[in-house]
Amino acid sequence: MNMLETVDGTEVREGVDRETIETVQAMAGKYKYGWETEIETEYAPKGLNEDIVRLISQKNGEPEWLLDWRLAAYRRWVRMEEPRWAMLNYPEIDYQDQYYYATPKSMAKKPKSLDEVDPKLLATYAKLGIPLKEQMLLAGVEGEAEPRKVAVDAVFDSVSVGTTFKAELAKAGVIFCSISEAVREHPDLVRQYLGSVVPPTDNFFATLNSAVFSDGSFVYIPKGVRCPMELSTYFRINAENTGQFERTLIIADEGSYVSYLEGCTAPKRDTNQLHAAVVEIVILKDAEVKYSTVQNWYPGDENGVGGIYNFVTKRADCRGDRAKVMWTQVETGSAITWKYPSCILRGDDSQGEFYSIAIANNAQQADTGTKMVHLGKRTKSRIVSKGISAGRAQNTYRGLVSMHPKAWDSRNYTQCDSLLIGDKCGAHTVPYIEVRNNSSRVEHEATTSKVDDDQLFYCRSRGMNEEEAVALVVNGFCKEVLQALPMEFAMEAQSLVAISLEGSVG
Amino acid sequence: MALPKAKEDALAARLAALPALSGKGWLAAARAEALARLQAMGLPARRDEYWRYTDPASLNAPEPLPAQRFDVTDEAAPFDGMDRLKIVFVDGVFDAAASDDLALAGVSIERLATTGDTDIHWAQGLYGTLEARGQTPVPRPLAALNSAFATDGVLIHVTGRAAKPISLVYIHKSETSDAILHHCVKLGPGAELTLLENGPAAARFSKVMEVDIADGASFHHIRIQGRDHERRAVTHLFARLGAKSELRSFTLTANGRLTRNEAVVELTGDEGRAHLAGATVGDGEFHHDDTVFITHAAVACESRQVFKKVLMNGATGVFQGKILVKPGAQKTDGYQISQSLLLDEDSQFLAKPELEIYADDVKCSHGSTSGAIDETALFYLQSRGVPRRRAQALLVLAFLAEAIEEIADEAIAEDIRARLERWLARHGSR
Repeated sequence: MNMLETVDGTEVREGVDRETIETVQAMAGKYKYGWETEIETEYAPKGLNEDIVRLISQKNGEPEWLLDWRLAAYRRWVRMEEPRWAMLNYPEIDYQDQYYYATPKSMAKKPKSLDEVDPKLLATYAKLGIPLKEQMLLAGVEGEAEPRKVAVDAVFDSVSVGTTFKAELAKAGVIFCSISEAVREHPDLVRQYLGSVVPPTDNFFATLNSAVFSDGSFVYIPKGVRCPMELSTYFRINAENTGQFERTLIIADEGSYVSYLEGCTAPKRDTNQLHAAVVEIVILKDAEVKYSTVQNWYPGDENGVGGIYNFVTKRADCRGDRAKVMWTQVETGSAITWKYPSCILRGDDSQGEFYSIAIANNAQQADTGTKMVHLGKRTKSRIVSKGISAGRAQNTYRGLVSMHPKAWDSRNYTQCDSLLIGDKCGAHTVPYIEVRNNSSRVEHEATTSKVDDDQLFYCRSRGMNEEEAVALVVNGFCKEVLQALPMEFAMEAQSLVAISLEGSVG
Repeated sequence: MALPKAKEDALAARLAALPALSGKGWLAAARAEALARLQAMGLPARRDEYWRYTDPASLNAPEPLPAQRFDVTDEAAPFDGMDRLKIVFVDGVFDAAASDDLALAGVSIERLATTGDTDIHWAQGLYGTLEARGQTPVPRPLAALNSAFATDGVLIHVTGRAAKPISLVYIHKSETSDAILHHCVKLGPGAELTLLENGPAAARFSKVMEVDIADGASFHHIRIQGRDHERRAVTHLFARLGAKSELRSFTLTANGRLTRNEAVVELTGDEGRAHLAGATVGDGEFHHDDTVFITHAAVACESRQVFKKVLMNGATGVFQGKILVKPGAQKTDGYQISQSLLLDEDSQFLAKPELEIYADDVKCSHGSTSGAIDETALFYLQSRGVPRRRAQALLVLAFLAEAIEEIADEAIAEDIRARLERWLARHGSR
């Protein structure tokens, strides 16, 4: 291919949309959410030890069993080694040089309702575009007969600031609150499910999270209930040198449905901050959960100074037959991303889907992907991953597809494409494929030339030439990831990723 | 860094069963360096990333597990009747009587065992060198062990166009033989050589082949790893390619208890081409592992990996393939396909097809599929009067065809197809 022109010093090749490059470059160094809220913050002493774990537990007013659970995790964690297998290069993290608990002073006495919340905090979320008033929502969705509502749980550093629409959700039987509140109000549910998908022994970062998780969201959708509105959690790191360790637990009882959105931002700082979250999703018979993330933590500046280290364990367990989960992620932020949202397809006929767009620019490094573990019969999974690297960034897709011996007649289809913009960045693919029965079919593809022949044939029979047809089909694939997002997020994601993937390489 | 206790113990036990290094000459220094590399790495363990799908225990053990002899009587040995220069090893020991004279125009052929104690030899720049380069980023301790303790091998230096193929024949006679052979092949600018290998070699066989292919040279390699025997083998092919040079390597494996074939290829000159292919059929207690690492370090090189596995009655197939495109290796064309056909539900296929790309003007693709035989195709053939077993064999051959097509010599390709057809007639899914 010919080098055609240059955009700000980056050579543009034929087939790569100029707009794509401009959009990616426009994102560099223009982090919209880098401001800081000046607010009095109360910190736990720096460092991590058993006393800090006890302090966090006490602050949350937790029962004895949960404290023991945390301490067991902590004692295990101190003996564990940080994993280094990912294609990520970062200096050693000093786990004693962080605050593990920070809360706005005004939250010391828990506000009874949103009206009592410090206006500065409310203003923070308003500025981020996250409405915490139970108003009709979302500019841009005008003209709908019935404006859509989204319930929000807002987490600021280590605590949940408030949750909206709780009363309306309660009418439907839906529980949506912060996890610390759930521990107090619904201890049986929490005790039954906490750690049942991601056990405290799971991995270094999950174990750390189990010891020190401070807040996060809890969702319970009762049997047969279709959650009347979308639920969302917005995470904001504000305090300096503070790690955020949220824990989210979603339980979808038989035949229920929920769509859950997650967003996150952090101020611009020249030190790195640690974020180690755990998300557990339990999906029972015939239930369905959609989990969408737009991850936009501060990525650091052009020289790789500052930014969030994002080490996240997310897993959904399709326990019942015909359970369904769909992960959609748009990963644009963080200096380091280590994240593999996974699906355990335990129930027969259960389904897992993973759609991902990961953009790494400047000195960002992303190692992300998914795991599809097929245990039940006739289980289906689909992975569509698009990685875009620019600047000096490294972007790795790492995934596992495992067909167990009894997972008869199961299917997997994986497609991962990468796009490199500039010659200083890297794009990597590390799939693990384990097939232990012969009635299952597994396909892994990383080519643009192997787009669906039927679709190509259709386009060509309508008079398109080969290239146009391929472009259209490939374009459709990328849109598919965007379209998998709920409308609220799709708009944000589209403005982040007004990008087409022509010129992809495996 | 000190080795963990378990690795230290395993290595000590293995080294105790091997003869102490002695001797003089150029080889002694190369062996000592290889031993140092091995001691720094330790033997492979199941927990190591590149051994997660293959258990190295029987390759590490001080003594080999016994393997029954299997003498093929119902078909001619591979490459019989071809005009070739034959070099025979029986349980890893050179058999002068069965071998041809080591004389071929344009080629110098010597044995490692008889040249190792001279002070100066051309092979000293090659022996252990490519193996040592191939130790990063992925350690290959069994290759270092081979370099340290190989008892024999051939040193081939080609300066022109070899008049006929060199054929290495490995015969297995003793049920407890443990053979370690190390070959070096150096092709000068524009040189051409076809190297044939066949036979099970020993109860346990370790083989390293280091191939240095100069600018414009061409190396064809065809290997048939015996048939239906119980041997265990670990082989390494280390190749370095100059500008506009070519490597083509094809391997047929039909049974054998354990096979780990590693290929480590470095394209260092512009417009080099490396094609690696393998066809594998396994029935029952069979574990076959293809581990390939191709590095593109120059502009406009092409690499192809085509690996196909047919597995039945509990057989296991493994593929770990990686394409690394270094910064600046623009216009790279890398293709990798790994596919398996599982004829029954006990068999399994484990794959890790990797790409690591640091250049933006490249075309790299990989595909990996696994599944059962197409029942619709089977039904179609049966409805046309083809018996089920025969129909299945036809579909299996069609599946393997893409790998066999990588063989340049049509006569050999045809012979391999015929061997596979006979093998499939003898073996079937229970």
